[in-house]
Amino acid sequence: MIVSVLEQLPVLQVVLPLLAAPLCVILRRRSLAWALFVAITWVGLAISALLAGQVALGGPVTYALGGWNPPVGIAYRIDHFNAFVLVVVSGIAAVVAPYARASVMAEVPAERGYLFYALLLLLLAGLLGITITGDAFNLFVFLEISSLSSYALIAMGTSRRALMASFQYLIMGTIGATFLLIGIGLLYMMTGTLNMADLAERLPAVYGTSTVEAALAFIVIGASLKLALFPLHAWLPGAYGTAPSVVSAFLAATATKVAAYTLIRFLFTIFGVGFAFGTLPAGPVLGALAVAAMLYGSFAALFADDLKRLLAWSSVAQIGYIVLGVALATPAGLTAAILHLLNHGVIKGALFLAAGCLFWRLGSTRLTDLAGAARLMPWTCAAIVAAGLGLIGIPGTAGFITKWYLLVALLDSPVPWLVAVVLVTSLLAALYLGRVVEMLYFRAPSATAAESGEAPVSMLAATWVLVALNFAIGLHSAPAVKYAQAAAATLLGDAS
Amino acid sequence: MSVHPGYLIALPMIAALVLAITNRWPRVRDAVSIVTAVLLFVGVCLLVAPVAAGARPDWILFAILPGIGLRFTVEPLGVLFALVASGLWIPTAIYAVGYMEANQEGHRARFAVCFALALAAAMGIAFAGNLVTLFLFYEALTLITYPLVTHHGDDAARRGGRVYLGLLLGTSIGLFLPAIVITWAVAGTVAFAPGGILDGSLAPAAAAGLYALYLFGVGKAALMPFHRWLPAAMVAPTPVSALLHAVAVVKAGVFVVLKITVYVFGLGYAGGFTEPMMWVAAVTVLGASIIALTRDNLKSRLAYSTISQLAYVVLGATLATTLGIVGGALHIVMHAAGKITLFFCAGAIYTAAHKTCVSELDGLGRAMPITFAAFAVAALSIVGLPPAGGTWSKWYLMLAAADAGHWVLIAVLAVSSLLSLGYLLDIPARAFFRPAPDRGTRLAEAPWTCLLPLCAPALLSILLFFMAGPIVVFVQAALPGS
Repeated sequence: MIVSVLEQLPVLQVVLPLLAAPLCVILRRRSLAWALFVAITWVGLAISALLAGQVALGGPVTYALGGWNPPVGIAYRIDHFNAFVLVVVSGIAAVVAPYARASVMAEVPAERGYLFYALLLLLLAGLLGITITGDAFNLFVFLEISSLSSYALIAMGTSRRALMASFQYLIMGTIGATFLLIGIGLLYMMTGTLNMADLAERLPAVYGTSTVEAALAFIVIGASLKLALFPLHAWLPGAYGTAPSVVSAFLAATATKVAAYTLIRFLFTIFGVGFAFGTLPAGPVLGALAVAAMLYGSFAALFADDLKRLLAWSSVAQIGYIVLGVALATPAGLTAAILHLLNHGVIKGALFLAAGCLFWRLGSTRLTDLAGAARLMPWTCAAIVAAGLGLIGIPGTAGFITKWYLLVALLDSPVPWLVAVVLVTSLLAALYLGRVVEMLYFRAPSATAAESGEAPVSMLAATWVLVALNFAIGLHSAPAVKYAQAAAATLLGDAS
Repeated sequence: MSVHPGYLIALPMIAALVLAITNRWPRVRDAVSIVTAVLLFVGVCLLVAPVAAGARPDWILFAILPGIGLRFTVEPLGVLFALVASGLWIPTAIYAVGYMEANQEGHRARFAVCFALALAAAMGIAFAGNLVTLFLFYEALTLITYPLVTHHGDDAARRGGRVYLGLLLGTSIGLFLPAIVITWAVAGTVAFAPGGILDGSLAPAAAAGLYALYLFGVGKAALMPFHRWLPAAMVAPTPVSALLHAVAVVKAGVFVVLKITVYVFGLGYAGGFTEPMMWVAAVTVLGASIIALTRDNLKSRLAYSTISQLAYVVLGATLATTLGIVGGALHIVMHAAGKITLFFCAGAIYTAAHKTCVSELDGLGRAMPITFAAFAVAALSIVGLPPAGGTWSKWYLMLAAADAGHWVLIAVLAVSSLLSLGYLLDIPARAFFRPAPDRGTRLAEAPWTCLLPLCAPALLSILLFFMAGPIVVFVQAALPGS
């Protein structure tokens, strides 16, 4: 029986959150819905870990849905790359789940609590589905599931601007998804299949056609929109800035990573390195946009007046790191990009969770309202400093590991002078974090906030788990690096 | 019997934990600081004998990155720096108790904890076995000294802290880190090795560029134009300025310069391209001395004097000869003992008389004879006159310059000594020989908890005059051709 369960793990990964969502609606009570959410996310993490172990030991795992074999049926295929991303997404979800209880009680009206958890489960199912599937159209379906739930979740934010931000994200996100769909449609037209491995086999025959080139363009634009790559990033600061804290943290740590996964999967596995980076100029185009993202995001963060918007702009810059690694299309560059999916997820997750703690106590994340918060909430502010060190890339943190590999990759590339851009981004991160630190530690607290205390233990514990993970990866990165290197090798080596 | 350097780094960290817990009992907390300092010094002393005999213990704790571990290697230069830092922590811990009490400073738990952690970081730098481990503890030192520099929490502290962190992080992230990554890319390793790891892998122009990246990247060595953080850090309470910005932080900087010259580039190879940085160091020596002459604020004057003296060590390193390295290492010891005394005196003067400017010190020597006598002795060491230890470090540096044929450098060193005579010995001269203006109140010496630790390094400066020989022998063991 154990063996049969193990065989079904790939589909259970998606089915469990998917079925739990309507169950939350049936359960109705917020506390029950939360308990179900925690249970599902922790089981989901166990499943992801088991799958990652299976891949590490025995190579890629394939699963045919309903027993129908591809290319007719939908297949799930897990190799090193998506096993890595699966663990990241379920891991973040598992940490955010205990945190959600207190945060949702404060930010979401009591009668809507169960809906909130149902949407979170749908979002999780969507993200996991995108990551695990081996079928291009199936990926689009899960993308829509995750997108629609995130639009609704963002709209549940406490300020009125949340509605506007959600609407903007809805418009832009739908355009992005449509572009992706058009691209997939064009590919289907040229090859007659939707299975990723099959596409990779049949595409080389039709490389020369403008249809396939257009398909790549549509897909890259669609994925870049969901990834918030400059200049398609406009929805991110608003969405992350106004969403409920749990949603901001979860989306910041996972949604953009899954979008990056989508981009990498299409570019390397389906289209292949030779076509995307050799025949077509994906490298220079993505590289230039990445550099622009790094600089623009960092400068915008310098001038942000709200902590969550600052972190959102910082995410735009960090996404630049990931895309730069992708644009290099070398083993070192791709390793750096894949590592940053993990590292940024951990760091930004910790920062947004800490921002949520501040919001829980002080009711605002505007920088001026956070003055002197360190005296009232020492542990929360210490978490912001510790995770912030990761953003800057101080050695001993996860951010340093990414920076190291990115710098090594850049030195080996035809554009070694881009090292300067990476370093300038780090220094700008030090500057905008310095602003936050000065506001938290060097100002006197405002009169109304004077009698507040620390955030609840459940919220603090979740935040510090991610902070500790940040340092753990920074001090002993070998396991993560080895896995990422294997993933990069799979992506660059054989395209199936 | 040898001590694992990991214990020496863990000891101050555990002490920091204990200090945080014992904050409720101030006497216990102060005692813990002092006891930890003594234990640390004893631990480092235990390393002297095996290293002098030729042992080079080497440990890798775990892999930070695949192929690069958290690595500790014990060698003479590192032991020397560790001895200086841990040894001088003992009088500083005692001095800090008296100073913080007399000036009614707040946040003493945070102060004690950060101080202990800063010493742990210094030990980490001293015993680092590769560039990444070194960089890790180097950045840790920058970050942990930030709360110490901004201790007062007011606007001046905040602004000083900005310059401090901005320059140190800017140079380390912008210059030091790329230098390390380039070294990794070129040499395939970042571990320190006697004779260097870059031998012959780079063209002389590229090597010169890399060397410049390193020396400017090590912002703690305060080479111009990245020196402004040192005077900016003077907003800190005096015990911080004394130990950290006369001993631990700045000596970490120049120690790293020495270590990179010897163990990354290698002396023979380095000789070909270190000249440009030699001139940068020479300009810093003279430039900082001239600025020191113009400073009326005592701590500011001492800060610029420190910048100038640090450049002496860098000068020794850039000469890239055995004599040069020996001179530089010797100067680390001599300058540390002398400068910490000067800063202790400055703190004592502020505590007892509330004077911060040199122009206000006329005739004060009669009321505070011990303080100014110690000042005079330490000043002798900085200037380089017998019977103070600084004589020998200056002697070796001049010898190294002559040996390498750089006569201009001898002139630079001589002129700088004259300038330091002017800006340092001027102070005890004023205090003792000028008539005192009417100050209204009767002034006396600072409390004994400040005076005692003030005299100790002053006496040490004289003691070091006679101990230079063994130190030279100890350091030479690290260098080729000895």
